Amino acid sequence: MTETFTPPTRFAVPGRIAVSNRAAALWQTATLTEIRRETPRASTFRFAVPAWAGHLPGQHLMLRLTADDGYTAQRHYSIASAPDDDGHVELTLDHVDGGEVSGWFHTRAEPGDEVQVRGPLSGFFAWPGDRPALLIGAGSGVVPLMSMVRHHRARGLDVPLRLLVSARGPEELIYAREYGAETLPVYTRSAPEGVPVGRLAAHHLASLLAEEPEGGWEAYVCGSNAFAEHASRLLVRAGQPVDRIRIERFG
Amino acid sequence: MNVTRGFTGRPRAHRPGLPPGQYDAGDDWPVLSAEVTPDLAPADWTFRVDGLVAAPRTWDWDEAHALPESAYEGDIHCVTSWSKFGVRFAGVSLDAFLAAVRPDAAATHAVAYAHTGYTTNLPLADLTGGRAWIVWEYDDKPLAAEHGGPARLLVPHLYFWKSAKWIAGLRLLDHDEPGFWEQNGYHGRGNPWEEQRYAGD
Repeated sequence: MTETFTPPTRFAVPGRIAVSNRAAALWQTATLTEIRRETPRASTFRFAVPAWAGHLPGQHLMLRLTADDGYTAQRHYSIASAPDDDGHVELTLDHVDGGEVSGWFHTRAEPGDEVQVRGPLSGFFAWPGDRPALLIGAGSGVVPLMSMVRHHRARGLDVPLRLLVSARGPEELIYAREYGAETLPVYTRSAPEGVPVGRLAAHHLASLLAEEPEGGWEAYVCGSNAFAEHASRLLVRAGQPVDRIRIERFG
Repeated sequence: MNVTRGFTGRPRAHRPGLPPGQYDAGDDWPVLSAEVTPDLAPADWTFRVDGLVAAPRTWDWDEAHALPESAYEGDIHCVTSWSKFGVRFAGVSLDAFLAAVRPDAAATHAVAYAHTGYTTNLPLADLTGGRAWIVWEYDDKPLAAEHGGPARLLVPHLYFWKSAKWIAGLRLLDHDEPGFWEQNGYHGRGNPWEEQRYAGD
């Protein structure tokens, strides 16, 4: 049993789950089985990974592409699919300008192509479905949060779950057709008729934090660094404890 | 080798300083902290070294700045695969702090901890010999809060999660204890040249 030093400072957010180091160390072949367009800039890529060890919502994996001269490029990607997807995982990737890996996915990839993955990785942003979850994401930052929403739905969980998702406009809202009563979209540039346009703000959080469930919310924030800074400051100002805010920033 | 059909990748610019599996982030400096960026003023910042030392001590901002200035110019490497070339940090060598507290001969490891409670573990040998710093300037300007300001640990020869932001202290130990990411599956040492990303690498 390893000891764990506890610092004499206010503690950061503890990990949620024990992580399998064996699964994380092993590269596996993932075979692309399906590509679904989500928005003009984002598509979902479904893979068969027969020996996938399983994951929890919120975890990510590392993906590697190899050129014929042996050159490799690897990136971390959040897993979009819920855990109960028998040997399959789904990733939703933005087409990044000049993106070496996302560019291949959006311009070359076809069903049947093989890539390498390792994971699942990191237990910090994982949500096992236990605590009430307040999910706040922007752009493709909604991807790991959607895994939580899908898990919540697939298992019929009673624990409260709310999703605030920020997008520039309705056409850029990833998974738009899948959201239900748990989700409030926030549109920053253009919105459907009758829906206000504006940035995520204190009033979006106020009612959710006011209806605080037993045990309090566990907040999960995912998006660009600028969005994560903005959303986490709003949460702190609204009274959400610092040690109940988990942040995953793109990088 | 598992070649990916149709993947060519970036032009193979020869970069001798680029560890395996890394790419050059250019002017970008991604922020990846997992916790809320703290609102920490220099006047409230302190740095303590204790544990297996003869004279545990806490420095405040002015006391730390009274130590001899030391700068790092070189590269940094993040486990998420980006590297950043030619960065310049200024602060004080960790050797200067350690000389003041006099580590016991039995001390072999340290846990670095942040004012947010973030922790990371390091062999003491990675923190000595002019290879680690407490820094408060980046490119001759105060280090931004999202990058760990007012002051962070800098251990540039290891993956950057070892360079704890908002550094609050070091506890010296006679054994290794996993820190925040290390408990979450990351490698104990994190040497980018050996691609020690995750436990088991």
